Amino acid sequence: MAKALLTLRVNGERQTVAAEPHHTLLEVLREDLGLTGTKHGCELGECGACTVLVDGVPVLSCLTLPSEIGDAEVTTVEGLAKGPELHPLQTAFAEEAAAQCGYCTPGMLLSAKSLLDHTTAPTREEMAEAIAGNLCRCTGYTAIYEAIDKAAERIREKQPAGARS
Amino acid sequence: MSEFSVVGKRLPKVNVWAHLTGTARYADDIQLPRMLYGRLLRSPHAHARIKRIDTSRALAREGVVAVCTGADMPERMGIMPSTQDEYALALDKVRYVGDPVAAVAAVDEDTAYDALSLIDVEYEPLEPILTVEEALTREDVKIHEDSGRPANVFKDVHLEFGDVEGGFQRAHRVYDNWYFFEGTTHAPLEAHSAVASYDGDGKLTLWTSTQVPHYLHRELEKVLGVPRSKIRVVATPNGGGFGGKSDPFAHEFAACLLSMRTKRPVKFTLDREEVFYAHRGRHPVLMHLRTGVSAEGDITAVHFESYLDGGAYASYGIATTYYTGALMTVTYKLPAYKFDGVRVYTNKPACGPKRGHGTTQPRFAFECQLDQIAEDLGLDPIAYRERILQPANSRTVNGLRITSMGLGQCLEEVKRSTRFPEKHGLLPRGKGIGVAGSAYISGAGLPIYWNEMPHSGASVKIDRGGGVTVYCGTAEIGQGSDNVLAVVAAEQLGVLTDDVHVVSGDTSLAPVDLGSYSSRVTFMAGNAVHEAAGKLRALVAEAAAAKLGVPPDRIGLAQRRVYDLADPSKSLTFAEAAVLAEARNGTLVSVGSYKPPKGISGDYKGSGVGPTAAYSYQAAVAEVSVDLETGIVTVDRITEAHDCGRALNPPAVEGQIEGAAYMGYGEALAEEQVFRGGLHKKPSLLEYKLPTSMDTPEMKAIIVETIDPEGPFGAKEAGEGPLNPVIPAIANAVYDAIGVRFDETPITPAKVLDALQKSKSRVGPEGLSSQRDPKAALRRLHATTDAREKKKVM
Repeated sequence: MAKALLTLRVNGERQTVAAEPHHTLLEVLREDLGLTGTKHGCELGECGACTVLVDGVPVLSCLTLPSEIGDAEVTTVEGLAKGPELHPLQTAFAEEAAAQCGYCTPGMLLSAKSLLDHTTAPTREEMAEAIAGNLCRCTGYTAIYEAIDKAAERIREKQPAGARS
Repeated sequence: MSEFSVVGKRLPKVNVWAHLTGTARYADDIQLPRMLYGRLLRSPHAHARIKRIDTSRALAREGVVAVCTGADMPERMGIMPSTQDEYALALDKVRYVGDPVAAVAAVDEDTAYDALSLIDVEYEPLEPILTVEEALTREDVKIHEDSGRPANVFKDVHLEFGDVEGGFQRAHRVYDNWYFFEGTTHAPLEAHSAVASYDGDGKLTLWTSTQVPHYLHRELEKVLGVPRSKIRVVATPNGGGFGGKSDPFAHEFAACLLSMRTKRPVKFTLDREEVFYAHRGRHPVLMHLRTGVSAEGDITAVHFESYLDGGAYASYGIATTYYTGALMTVTYKLPAYKFDGVRVYTNKPACGPKRGHGTTQPRFAFECQLDQIAEDLGLDPIAYRERILQPANSRTVNGLRITSMGLGQCLEEVKRSTRFPEKHGLLPRGKGIGVAGSAYISGAGLPIYWNEMPHSGASVKIDRGGGVTVYCGTAEIGQGSDNVLAVVAAEQLGVLTDDVHVVSGDTSLAPVDLGSYSSRVTFMAGNAVHEAAGKLRALVAEAAAAKLGVPPDRIGLAQRRVYDLADPSKSLTFAEAAVLAEARNGTLVSVGSYKPPKGISGDYKGSGVGPTAAYSYQAAVAEVSVDLETGIVTVDRITEAHDCGRALNPPAVEGQIEGAAYMGYGEALAEEQVFRGGLHKKPSLLEYKLPTSMDTPEMKAIIVETIDPEGPFGAKEAGEGPLNPVIPAIANAVYDAIGVRFDETPITPAKVLDALQKSKSRVGPEGLSSQRDPKAALRRLHATTDAREKKKVM
């Protein structure tokens, strides 16, 4: 099949690549844009390792064609830190040992970011629901909840009073 | 205040940042110039003779660069040197659906995949053997013609210690039960992946998600016919292993051979379905356990029989078989013990080591039976276990040396945390609480190939800026092995883990370590690094002592300072002291190595499996709710205490306990690696029910420290043992809730509901002779070629 030119907005940068039109967003990110932080665990939409944010919403990049998302903003794990400053989730995941083998971690971080973008005081149930599509085989999820909790607390501390949701 | 500045501190792992920023380079993330993509053609038959393979149509396809088959690598291989029964690609027979037959390298993945359908293989289907019962009796169908054993027996072992007959005669009562533990698989999130690059200088590099780079190095030499001096194996960070990446695999050999043929890098990454078939996971084991007890409950004798369904190949099976028997003796006092184990070949993916290797299944049986014994004695199950504990610093009846032993403290901790005695037997119907204990090794006492060399070697270097580099052949599989090495080196040298670089998993750059299996890294590689860094510590301390004018034994090292213990204001920076030491002694590089001590086992054939320098111990309590309408078992909470000797990094130890408890929970209630004919029933992450965040119970991890006399800073293993008690604890909790003994796994809603409706008091196997599955013959019939051909070639 002939490659076609494709423009994507990824982590705040507009990038144009030539890619097979049937290749998924996951494949284009990993193979054509070199963003290998996004992982594949099944390529069937079952494990959540390939989760990225499209306009802030978690999607499975293995089930998404780039042509579906047009000019929407794609956020991958490489785009989670703002310059040299890590996202509070990244620091909290390190401190709480929420990443063991690290393979589910990029997707997990992005699902958690989406949760914290909506609420900075999530309950354990809300956390479990937010990451229900992200399988982790190492941690048993406990440390992940603790990390999300800690990140949420730090985000709350930075928010001006009255802005808390 | 702690005597340590790094050990025991809640510090992030040294290698965690790469995982959190997406920069960790797993094997599939490697992209090299001119790289080709490989795919394996796998057998659609469970058992067949290969009559002919024609690759010409595939080779003629545009974009296909090379193809290879079993005939290109006709050397026997396998992880255990004594039982090598595999080929890199099937040579003349296929023995399970999914057995790799040929490999393709092409310019892209799509082309490689398409080319598989252009390889013509003519098979002569043979009758598949799919159950233990058939395997034991069918002399007419041999999966391995040259096995030299009756029917399809792979290995049988028979061991007896103490006066077993007398023990049973003395017994007040003999408990006699059958148990079945269903097979399960590791399902690491990362599928196996490997990239080989054969370079212009005739040297081959293989980057691969393996747990055992050293053992793989040996097998590559043998199969490829290339001297090991020309091969470099790099274990990339494993996206989970759990034992599933501890064998040499077809795709690793194929990547190497195709790279050598094409002089281009070649990458293979398995898809998820292939990972389920590659397997090497937990053996399904049928077990017969007879235990004699005195009127007071003291165990007088145990006779344990295990029947392991090994699948198509040996893998670690010889060790697995012995492991089903070996560790039964290390938890509770057993004066007499008999063990008969048999592992058979069947036409299913080969089983191998999964977290808890061979000890998980017998532990399930034993702890379930102990629950029954305690009940009959009218004793609290924790109090009963506490009464019969194997003592610390003792010898078991099968000759195993026990040193530190924290099972008593673990039981005490979970009792206190859960208020067990106030709940057990007292909860309303549908609610239950159960307990179990267990043990595991801190590394196998013997390597898999006989030699007198160290099990682990490390070197440590100090640079002129105060940086420290540790080189060790360990494989980082997510368990935190790199961090363990960094913690040990940092503590010894008085620097921070941030100052330590770890070079691991590389057969060219690092001294040999046998790999990340049998929970050996903390103890063995930790001790090797402890020794290596200790030598440099002495040199740095001497140099600083001379400069500060104090005796060397008055020098302390901590927080990047080298100081006078009597007057800490007299000090140098670590970097200053290191420069002085290098000026005095020359380049600051040291080596250390570790080998388990002699005399930790008995002296009999088979005594090599079971001994370790230190056993870890653990106890778990599960609290469950059983829905009497639906049969659904909900585990509300798992509380587990684990004796890890000393926690070098407490969050990592807690993470191992929680992760192991999670994995055990999945095996207890849902996970099963099961087959219809030779076909996997659930080869996807949707169908193979591993627990999601919504399923996983609340977990509490409690660290118990017994400060092992031989471990690095007193540490023992944490990776595997904590899985073992969770499964029997859940089964015992289900009994407490509904009065039904589940003597088999998994405890599914269908089984619970069936038991409740039929008022069964027990669910489990009746023995070997009565076929567990009377429809087996029918299923075999359905597994004919026609039925299987419907499924497209993987």
